[in-house]
Formats: sequence, structure tokens, C-alpha cells
Amino acid sequence: MSFEPKIIAFCCNWCSYAAADLAGISRMQYPHNVRIIRVMCSGMVHPELVMDALGQGADGVMILG
Amino acid sequence: MTLSEVTNIAGNAGNFQVTVKEAPRYVDVEKCIACGACTEKCPKKVDSEYNAGTGKRKAIYVKYAQAVPLKYQIDPEACIWLKKPGACGFCQTVCDAGAINFNDTEKIHEINVGAVVLAPGFESFDPTEAKVWGYGVQPNVITAMQLERYLSASGPTEGHLVRPSDHKAVNKVAFLQCVGSRDENLCGNGYCSSVCCMYAIKEAVIAKDHVPGLSATIFYMDMRTHGKEFERYLERAKSDSGVRFVRCRVNGVESEGNTNDLRIRYVNEQGRQIEEFFDMVVLSVGLQTPKHVLALAETAGIQMTADKFAATSDFAPVQTSREGIFTCGAFAGPKDIPQSVVEGSAAAAAVADLLAPVRHQLSTEATFPTEKDISTDEPRVGVFICHCGSNIASVVDVAKVEEYAATLPHVTYVERNLFSCSQDTQDMIVKRIQEQNLNRIVIAACTPRTHEPLFRETLKAAGLNEYLVEMANIRNHNSWVHTKDPVHATAKAKDLVRMAAAKVTFCTALKPISVPITQKGLVIGGGVAGMTAALNLAEQGFEVHLVERTDTLGGNALYLKHTWSGEHIPTQVKKLIDNVMSNDKVIIHKESEISKVEGFVGNFETTIKNRDGGTKVIAHGIGIIATGAGIMTPDEYCYQTSKRVVTSVEFDRLHELKEKHVRAANSFVFIQCVGSREGDAMYCSKVCCTHSVQSAIEIKEEDPSRNVYILYRDMRTYGQREKLYRQARQMGIIFINYELHGKPQVIDKGDKMEVMVHDHILHRPLKIEADIVILATAIRPQTDAKDLANLFKVPVDGDGFFLEAHAKLRPVDFSTDGMYVAGLAHYPKPIEEAVAQALAASARAATLLSKKEVSLDAIKATVDPDFCDGCALCIDVCPFHAITLVTKEVDGKVGKLISVNKAKCKGCGLCQGTCPKRGVYVGGFTMQQISSQIEAALAV
Repeated sequence: MSFEPKIIAFCCNWCSYAAADLAGISRMQYPHNVRIIRVMCSGMVHPELVMDALGQGADGVMILG
Repeated sequence: MTLSEVTNIAGNAGNFQVTVKEAPRYVDVEKCIACGACTEKCPKKVDSEYNAGTGKRKAIYVKYAQAVPLKYQIDPEACIWLKKPGACGFCQTVCDAGAINFNDTEKIHEINVGAVVLAPGFESFDPTEAKVWGYGVQPNVITAMQLERYLSASGPTEGHLVRPSDHKAVNKVAFLQCVGSRDENLCGNGYCSSVCCMYAIKEAVIAKDHVPGLSATIFYMDMRTHGKEFERYLERAKSDSGVRFVRCRVNGVESEGNTNDLRIRYVNEQGRQIEEFFDMVVLSVGLQTPKHVLALAETAGIQMTADKFAATSDFAPVQTSREGIFTCGAFAGPKDIPQSVVEGSAAAAAVADLLAPVRHQLSTEATFPTEKDISTDEPRVGVFICHCGSNIASVVDVAKVEEYAATLPHVTYVERNLFSCSQDTQDMIVKRIQEQNLNRIVIAACTPRTHEPLFRETLKAAGLNEYLVEMANIRNHNSWVHTKDPVHATAKAKDLVRMAAAKVTFCTALKPISVPITQKGLVIGGGVAGMTAALNLAEQGFEVHLVERTDTLGGNALYLKHTWSGEHIPTQVKKLIDNVMSNDKVIIHKESEISKVEGFVGNFETTIKNRDGGTKVIAHGIGIIATGAGIMTPDEYCYQTSKRVVTSVEFDRLHELKEKHVRAANSFVFIQCVGSREGDAMYCSKVCCTHSVQSAIEIKEEDPSRNVYILYRDMRTYGQREKLYRQARQMGIIFINYELHGKPQVIDKGDKMEVMVHDHILHRPLKIEADIVILATAIRPQTDAKDLANLFKVPVDGDGFFLEAHAKLRPVDFSTDGMYVAGLAHYPKPIEEAVAQALAASARAATLLSKKEVSLDAIKATVDPDFCDGCALCIDVCPFHAITLVTKEVDGKVGKLISVNKAKCKGCGLCQGTCPKRGVYVGGFTMQQISSQIEAALAV
């Protein structure tokens, strides 16, 4: 079986989350490996949360804002 | 009401009968969920208007992805069925929502309203007819609107810049300015369209970003970058992006053999004739009023200017010639987005003034059942999975997701719906919540950005706290973007539902908070902007305190005589002062300044200090800063040493008093941009070109034998002001262009001044003997603007002007709630723009003042006193100054902790992201909630 990474993406409600919505409206196809977590600002993402994600097996973390 | 046009406006201000003709959409907007299945199946393709002909659309279509309302429509000119019933009908077959209605008909609506705002906008000039630019003949000559689409990620080439003729990459592009503007011969539009210089620079910069190594040249007459921050943008385009600027009006575009390359001939700054080839030529087309809008103006019975824009007064820039009918945007003259948005709010203020007596008479409030306390109940999660017609269900195996959801912890009920957002499903969800005693809800459907408010209402209707819902976005973030991968899309949908269910378990009831509002305003500055704002608020019924530093109202307008359109300023200012003085809702504090500010939106307490040192505390809900600006004192061009060198404002005064030197003078030289657009003052003072041209016309009219020269860098008589520039040239006023590196020199010869300047047309230095030299001096921000800004915790920009929250979206708001800006304090501007901005500030302020209390979203930072130890790390990072340090006493020990002002907090959670001790959290997005999502995401 090929390697399927799991990536956690923290998306700001006002920009990157909206962009992800728009990608959907525009039917832009992208790999299924990303799991988006909506936050009210990328500044809300505590470093501990990033460590949490990596510690629990995430292959990558994106903070988009 | 979309697809609608106004066919008649009868009646008077306060009581209009408006007839509206609504064309059939053939799609039921109540049912359409904009899934796009119809458009996919529709066999008929036509040119897309939105893509300016660069791409195609179907006969059933939505204009663009962000359209509001996001509902499809059928183009009756293109639809096969509507032309021949029974012939096609694919859309009807595939529409799961049953939204297609081929029998839709035109409807006529009669509406009774108190006021009308006309905002019909503009169209861009069509250069086909003029022929000289090769548009419509040469495939690689396109308009700026088309380039905009090519550069857009949602455009026909997904942002790749290619030549329409052969789809080859573009290496060399030319922009031609003033196509359809400042040109009476080819298009009949004598005015300047105001926005094209900026958009051409922007497009050139973006195009260069997209295509490495692209050469971009802009051919122009005058670079008109007169708006806030525009001059710096121009300089950056030259120095950082390497856009080339050539001052020459190009007369035509020719093709080069059969290569589809384009040849342009022009004269360079050394006076040499040059021939150059380009891959693509972009025409910077101007703005004009479309024919159907001219018909609307006739229907509305309002006057238009010679340039075919709505006629308005400079002191009432949104009032048309018919009482009760207002205007905003490019209908009243070409303008950019910030000014159009300002005018939109200004029109709202003008309407509010007219309709204030009947405020709130037609509004109703929704009622909800009493909220159930669930704080001690075990979580009982209900999961509702939406098919979204076939949008989700055709990709995701929703039955499997349903089955899986039922196995998740705390989930006690799962159901699937065809459309979770439809009214009958909403009613059903309410019923299920009550029947099944659910206390947490997961909606697995589309995006919370559009639908969370709807489901919050559903929870409220069921007697649950509205914050006990979480959405799993299995459409926009899943089925729509993994269309061809149903296996992984189904797995991802399960993950997303699991994450939402995990998070919702930790959701607690949040209480929306409301803050009482002191329904009084404070306006700082008694100039035209300040007085206009104060008067409008007073006429809407609010008490306003107007604080003026000097002993006189009027501000800078007291030095001015005529607006660009010729209105007499002293008469209008006197009228404004009289109105302000006689309105008992305006309380004037002269010779007073702000010394202390406390509080926040709705609840400010500001201390003002008068000349004698006496203080007064004013309670107010909103504040408007309209403190104006100053004039710089030049230290060049012999201003300090010669009486023959004066500033524009000084000259106006001397001229009005018929001072003997001015009366006897025969040669006048105006020098533009004194203190503007250079060194640290890299901004345009916006009003000086028009002012000098007006003064020049006046002195030439008095005695046509006089020699009048204007030495300028770029003549910025933008918009309909262009007619003054044209008139001045026709009268024989001589305009000489100079560059910053070759500034004019002024030498004092005793009874004369000698002005030396390099003439770029004659290509030789010129010596002009002048009796009077008039310096168009810059407008400078108030020297103490920063002090006032600090008191109110609002920012100023690098030049020292007050900085608005967002140049386009919130042009009169500060990022601090309840504070607004208007007039010269914001940036140099002419009177009608200052008045529009003042009205806009007033309208924005009235949205708060018209309520007794303002309710705020419940997603706010909350302190956990058990963990916060008062380290204060969060205080500096809070962008809204919402956090303060307070003392606490536990068991006799005095310690510190933070306190959050909920009215100032916006719930961004920077504090939560910074806190090392979990001493502060944002409800709805707590560390525990986010952690639970992470854990759930990675659990399988």
C-alpha cells in the first residue's frame, strides 16, 4: 500500500477557510490527505496544538492565515 | 430583487410609488442550492459576459462563483427549451431540488418607499468602433477587463497569461492609457475616468508577478495616482517591479505580417520616433454611463451633467436634482472603489436624515422558546448528514457515513436529509431535538461560513443554546474537491464527522452579550467634514458634541472660494455654520481640545479641556475624527525671500483683495507639486492641480493678454474636472511638464522673477519672466494627529494621516469599534469628497447610535482565574487592546490576573495562542475543543 500522509491544516475563518470553500465552489481537485480545523485566527493556534498533532501521528501541519 | 428594473418612480420624497419589472429567472431561488448539476449538463454554450468574452458559459449559469444570490438563471436568448419547448430540458431532469421552472413569467411589482438610491454603476468603453487600436481585428489587442480575467485564478486560463491568437506565453505587453477617456474625437468622452492609471499599474505589476521576465510598458499622458497610498504604489511599480512608463499618447496599433505581433510607433522623451513590437496590447478602457442607465435617469426625472453623469452639488454629493432620490458610485462621476463605498454609506446617511422619524416602524423581532439548561446533562449528540441533492451523495457514500456516525461516542441519533437547509428539514430537526432529547448537534453538510447562522436559529427554535452546533464541511472541503475519488472522499467524510462530533461534545452554552449604548455622538473638528457629520447625526435625532480647537467654525474651507464645479464656498459654509448653530441637538465646544479618553464602543467618556484649562467630561457612544489638515510652508523657489512668490491660498486672498502687484502683473507662473510626491512626502495632495487651473482660468479671463504658465509633473484634473484643463488650454494657458530630477529654478531679479524650466516638447531649457510665482503647496497632516490618535487608540499612517480599518471595505471606520474618520484628517481631498466621507461616517455611527444596546457574538476570550497568573504576555499581542491587568486576592494573598473587555474582544484568540498556562480561552474554540479535533482526525 502506498504511503498516505495525514496533514492537519489550521485555517483562519476569514481567509484560508474561505479560500478552501471557494476551491470547492470552483471544483478545484486536490489530494484528500488534508484535514482542516477551523480557527477564528491563525494566531489562535497554540504551539502545543502543533506538537499535539505531530505527536499523535500527523505527517505535516499547516497553519494558514 | 435580481433581474429587475425600475420602470417608473411616481410620488414625492417620503412617499414614492416605484414600479419594478422583474424578468423571469426560470429557476426557483427558494429551491436552487447552486450545486451546478444543471450547468454541467446544459448543451448550449455562449460567450461569458463576466469573462468579457474571454471564456464561455452555458445557457443556464451563475454569473460568477461568488455571485449573490448564489442561484442559477436561464438565459432566455440562449436556452434551447425556451426557444423550442420539449427540445432539450436536461437541466430539469438533473435538478434534484426541482428548481427549474420553464413556465416562469415576468412580474410587475409596485413598491411604496420613502426614498430611492440610484447606484446603477457604469460600463467600460467598447473600443471596437474606433478601429485605430485594432480591437476586434487583432486577436492580441485586448481590453484591461479581459486582461483582468486572464490574470484571475478563476478566469479562462486559470491565471496564465497567454496570447489569445496562439496561446503562446506573453513576453512583452503594452498598456495604452486613456482609451475612451480624455478624448472627444474618437469616443466623445472628454472626461478622465479616474481609475485607469491605477488599474493599469496594478495589472502590469500582477502580470509581471505571474510571468517571470515579462516586459510591461505603460503609455500614458498624465499618471493620475492621486488616491491614498497610490503614489507609493506607482514608485514601487517603477523601482521594485520594473514597469516601464512612457509619456506618449499612442495613436494606433498595427499588425506585423502574419505573426500576430503588434507594432506601436511613439515619440520617446528625447523626441525621437520609435517603432516597437509587442506580443500583446492592453487597452485601458474608460468608464461611461450605459444607455439603459441614461433611460433610468430619465425615468427617475433627474438631471445629468454634460458628461452624462448624475448632477449633484459639491455640498450634497449624493443628492440628485429630485428630492428624495439619492445616488452613489460611478453613476455620479467616474470613481474608484473606496470613494464608491464611501458614497454608498453617504447615501444611507442622506436617506436616514429624510426617514429618521419613521425609524424602526416596519421592523419586527423574532421570538424563541426559553433556553434549556443542559450543563449537567450527559452529551446526547445528534448527527444530520446532508445529501445536498447529489452534490455530496453522488461522491460520498452517505449511508456508510450514517452507519459509521452511529458508532461514535455520545452519538445517540443519526439521520440523512436530501437538503438539510430546506425549511421542512429545519422543522424536522427541531422535532428530532425535542423527541430524542438531543443536546449537541452535528450537521455534516456544507460550510459554516454560509450556513452556521441558519442552524444556530434552528437550535434556538428547539430551545437549545445556539452554540451547541458544529458543522462538518463534507461538501466544499470534500465531495466537491475529490469528485473522482469516492472511496477516499467517504473515508474523509467519516473523519470530518468524527472530528465534529468530538468537538461538539465539549461545546458549552455561550451567552451572547450585549453592551448598552450611550446614544450620543462626539465629533472632533469643526470644519466642513466635522460640521456635516454632526449636522447629519443631529438631523437623525441624536445629540452630538462638536469640539473645535479654534474660536471659529469652518476650518480650511474658510480659505477657499469656489469648488471645482464653481459653487461659491463661503455661501455654502455660512449656511452650514448657521444650520449647525441653530440645531439644538448640536452642542458646540469652541476653543477646546481632547485631553483624556476612556471607555469603548457605545460607552466612551472623553474629557475636553477649554482655553482656560477648565475640563468637562462627555459621555458618548461613537466618535468621529475630522480634525482636518494643515498647509506646508515652502522653503524653496525663493518663497522665504521674495514677496513675488506666494502659495496658492495666499494668492487667492491677494487676488480677491485686488492687491496692486497682482492687479498689475502680466506674467504668472504656477509651480505644482511643491512639497508633494517627493522625499518623505510621497503622496499627491490631490486638490492642487484643479485649484491652479481654476486660478489660472480666472486671471486669464480677467485679462486675456496676460501670460499664464503652469509647470506640472502630471496634470491631475481627474474625473469631470478634466473640462477645466481643456478650457484652460483652449484659453491659451501654457502647460509645461517638468520631471522631479529637473525641477524649475526661480531666481529673484528684483522687479521680476526668472523661472528656468526644461521644456520636454521643445527639448530645450526655457526662461520665463514672471511677475508672480504661485506655489501649489502640499497639504500636511496635523502635527499633533499622533497625540489624538494615541488617546483614542487609533492608528495614523506613515505620512501622519489617520489610517482607516480597510481602504476599500471600511473606508471611514477605524479598526477600533465606534470610531470613524472623515475629511482631510484621512487624506487630502476636495470638498465634495470630504462631505461624502463625513456623511458616510455619520451613517456608520448611526448604525450603532440607533440602538439602545449592541449585541455581540458570544465567541470571546474568557479568563480562567485558576490558571492565569498575570504574566501579561497576552496583553501585548491583543490587537484590540481588550486585555488589562488587574489584582486579585486569594486567601489573603494579593496576586495579578488579566481581565478581558468583552466589548473590545473580537474572539481572535491570539491570547489563547500565546498563553503558556491555559489561563485564557475562547469559547467555541478552546484548547480542549481543538485538541479533541486533532485527536479525532488522527484516530483512524
